[in-house]
Amino acid sequence: MAQPLVKKDDDFEDELEFSPFLGIEKGAVLQEARFFNDPQLDPRRCSQVITKLLYLLNQGESFTKIEATEVFFSVTKLFQSKDTGLRRMVYLIIKELSPGSDEVIIVTSSLMKDMNSKIDMYRANAIRVLCRIIDGTLLTQIERYLKQAIVDKNPVVSSAALVSGLHMLKTNPEIVKRWSNEVQEAVQSRAPLVQFHALALLHEIRQNDRLAVSKLVGTLTRGAVRSPLAQCLLIRYTSQIIRDMGNHSQSGERPFYDFLESCLRHKAEMVILEAARAITELDGVSSRELTPAITVLQLFLSSPKPVLRFAAVRTLNKVAMTHPMAVTNCNIDMESLISDQNRSIATLAITTLLKTGNESSVERLMKQITNFMSDIADEFKIVVVEAIRSLCVKFPLKYRSLMNFLSNILREEGGFEYKRAIVDSIVTIIRDIPDAKENGLLHLCEFIEDCEFTYLSTQILHFLGIEGPHTTDPSKYIRYIYNRVHLENATVRAAAVCTLAKFGFIVEALKPRITVLLKRCIYDSDDEVRDRATLFLCIFGNDGLVETDKDSREYLFGSLEAPLVNMETSLKNYEPSEVAFDVDSVPKEVKSQPLGDKKAKGKKPTGLGAPPPAPVLGFDAYERLLSSFPEFATFGKLFKSSSPVELTEAETEYSVNVVKHIFESHVVFQYNCTNTVPEQLLERVNVIVDASEAEEFSELSSKPLNSLPYDSPGQAFVAFEKPEGVPAVGKFSNTLTFIVKEVDQNTGEAEDDGVEDEYQLEDLGVVPADYMVNVGVSNFRNAWENMDPESELVDEYGLGQRESLAEAVKAVTDVLGMQSCEGTETVASNARSHTSLLSGLYIGNVKVLVKAQFGMDSEKEISMKLAVRADDQSVSEAIHAIVSCG
Amino acid sequence: MELHPKVKNILLLDSEGKRIAAKYYTDDWPTNTAKEAFEKTVFSKTKKTNARTEVEVTALENNIIVYKFVQDLHFYVTGGEEENELILASVLQGLFDAVNLLLRGNVDKREALDNLDLIFLCFDEIIDGGIVLETDANVIAEKAGINSFDPNAPLSEQTISQALATAREHLTRSLMK
Repeated sequence: MAQPLVKKDDDFEDELEFSPFLGIEKGAVLQEARFFNDPQLDPRRCSQVITKLLYLLNQGESFTKIEATEVFFSVTKLFQSKDTGLRRMVYLIIKELSPGSDEVIIVTSSLMKDMNSKIDMYRANAIRVLCRIIDGTLLTQIERYLKQAIVDKNPVVSSAALVSGLHMLKTNPEIVKRWSNEVQEAVQSRAPLVQFHALALLHEIRQNDRLAVSKLVGTLTRGAVRSPLAQCLLIRYTSQIIRDMGNHSQSGERPFYDFLESCLRHKAEMVILEAARAITELDGVSSRELTPAITVLQLFLSSPKPVLRFAAVRTLNKVAMTHPMAVTNCNIDMESLISDQNRSIATLAITTLLKTGNESSVERLMKQITNFMSDIADEFKIVVVEAIRSLCVKFPLKYRSLMNFLSNILREEGGFEYKRAIVDSIVTIIRDIPDAKENGLLHLCEFIEDCEFTYLSTQILHFLGIEGPHTTDPSKYIRYIYNRVHLENATVRAAAVCTLAKFGFIVEALKPRITVLLKRCIYDSDDEVRDRATLFLCIFGNDGLVETDKDSREYLFGSLEAPLVNMETSLKNYEPSEVAFDVDSVPKEVKSQPLGDKKAKGKKPTGLGAPPPAPVLGFDAYERLLSSFPEFATFGKLFKSSSPVELTEAETEYSVNVVKHIFESHVVFQYNCTNTVPEQLLERVNVIVDASEAEEFSELSSKPLNSLPYDSPGQAFVAFEKPEGVPAVGKFSNTLTFIVKEVDQNTGEAEDDGVEDEYQLEDLGVVPADYMVNVGVSNFRNAWENMDPESELVDEYGLGQRESLAEAVKAVTDVLGMQSCEGTETVASNARSHTSLLSGLYIGNVKVLVKAQFGMDSEKEISMKLAVRADDQSVSEAIHAIVSCG
Repeated sequence: MELHPKVKNILLLDSEGKRIAAKYYTDDWPTNTAKEAFEKTVFSKTKKTNARTEVEVTALENNIIVYKFVQDLHFYVTGGEEENELILASVLQGLFDAVNLLLRGNVDKREALDNLDLIFLCFDEIIDGGIVLETDANVIAEKAGINSFDPNAPLSEQTISQALATAREHLTRSLMK
């Protein structure tokens, strides 16, 4: 980021502060760097220039490629000087300049010479610089020296080589792995930091070899580690091993637990903390295992050092989520932390207390928090508000005091995010606790009387429109809503008009009054407000007509079927013409999220801002979509739609996934295509399906996609006929054919001529599970008893070696495509046996129930006993046939 | 998976939150604008706290930040939210004490700017690409504080001047107490 250094107003600033870098300019410094080429070097002066260069880089100034190269070449001249201080600066600037591979060659010989120097400082630093700038081929040349350096008697040199090894493991793992003998020797070093670096490198070299890692950890845990940092590493490795072994060991003593526990008595606090944290994070930790860790953390809570208090309360806060009871012993210490100077600690203490507190302590806590809230920043307040929300869900009886607290803080000063957190919390409470509804709605009404945030006002008005009409006395909200029409900006006014209309629509008694109010709105200065008011008045006027009634109800209360993003794109693409914009033409397919979004860890929005729940279209939507095409309308009732199957790799030019729609005697493939090339427009997009490996299917018709512009998904369909009611299976290979037209990036116009092209997609299979709808039953036992025991078919299968029992259970459930009942899809982490209860509806609407009992022996061989009951015995046989094939 | 402790950045800011020296070891803040924004948030969040006697700590944007202030200088060390705070604190303490040794007890902005080379070297000796290289202040100061003398210069002279410097330092310290 080139950021021009502002030349300060010298006369004024000079008085205030002195800086050797005042008024420094890149050009001048670069000029100064020419002195490096001077045959008579002045080391002190050169050091100063390097410092200036480093200062510029550090302030965010960037050098162009040419400038950097020039500086780099001048700097290499400085290797002639014997001055150690200057040499040290030279090393530093070379690292900062990060020269290109073609330039590196200039310094390698100098650096290699330094690497074998008698001066330790030269050796250590030359290694660090070299390893930072060279590539694999050069590395093999200096490998010999690096191996020597690892076991150098000077710890600084040894550490330099080891840390460089850690960095280079990422780029040249095969070379670094050859050093493991030397690294192993360094682990035994008496220098603490060398031991730490060696251990880190050794573990990374061997991390894929579980046996070697556990042997390494096994030896070291017997107490050969001196450095606290290395001990922390050891604890991390140990807990990783425990995690990996988790499923294998039977109940009883957890291996290595003793080691972790002994670390709680280590003399270094960082080790104690690391061990305590490791224990609290063990899978399925028992309260007996937890106790010693909690005890040391409790001691930390009253430490004079803020970092210790913070670390302890942060860890306890996490423990409180899973084991609230274990933390209650610390409650007294925690309460005293509410007044801690460090507000981060205080907030963590409060939220922990809110998690561990019992019903009786809520009121007392709230009192303490009220005092505390006034002097912390918004971001802390949000954390507290969220904790209170979950507390309220936990103790619904206490909603009164919690709601009061929320409404109080809602009235106080605060930023948008904070206010939104409060409003969201109130909304959640209103939804979860019916008793709190009327009270909560009134609080929200009062809030919008004096709310500076348009977004919150409109959201609350919308919420009022949904909840308000169903309360005992809807009329009391009208005043608040109508006040908005007088006092607010256009956006809020429009929202208020909608809310008024909703009240009028649902509560018949209010209709005349609301009509009067709406009539006043048609003189509003804003056209959107006028439009809405006019529309609603019109709907109210058309009383008798049932048809409009349904439409308007749909308009007011229904949700938009298409995703908002698609709606927006379609509207943008629409050009004003004779033909009106057709809402149905908006693609209903949800666009796959760009990869970047997935990475972003968004907090799950709750309350008002929550987006529509599932991104995948529901069964109903598919049914409606298919029946809208005359070609498919005759196929009868849709039996099942599969979830989308990807037919292309991620990030290819065209992304296609397919949904299989199963009918009684037809199958329709819906290909959802997305064109990800901005320069192209695809036309006449069709999928050619080769069904030669699916004998029972014959192609009936296909429905190509006329046009597929960039980034707006479209669908092509292919329909097949199959024998009625028969669960025919087969494999289909697919080819996408289309005409490509270049799109001019500037005008957005496509060229007239296109080129025919095709694109190979992955194969698609119709499998038995496609004929099974996963319908759950509420009471499996009853359902099972009610089925004809005669229909039961039992058989045993060997499933071979599996990684875990859970994996086998999932595999069987997936093959059958059935619904797990009564929570039997979760397998206890170290269980040796498990029973799954599955239910489903087979094609022909035959109800099927399955009891599958799994067992695992010591070799991880899994066997399964499968009992099937169905309304039709032939279906039971079919299920067994699926399992024996799958 | 890398399990070793990682430091995301080291910052040295002045009393207005302006950068004196900073070193970033991860791509969490890819541009200078992002870096400056981060420094600004960190500074405004911590400036009112009293971190002059003990190392203080706070959490920000899924990071743990430990910090300590002296005069008009603000030292910060940032790590990920899973990081052991005490390891970060030991890095900070190492940096803090090493700078104190190198600046001979006169730790303020002016002195830091005058000896910025030493500060840069100090950073370089504490963390290497995010990995903790050394936390012992004496070792760091020794490695960073190489005197700009020709190694061929008479050794005796060097040691005498060093001894004098140490003596002076001890004297000023005891006087300041």
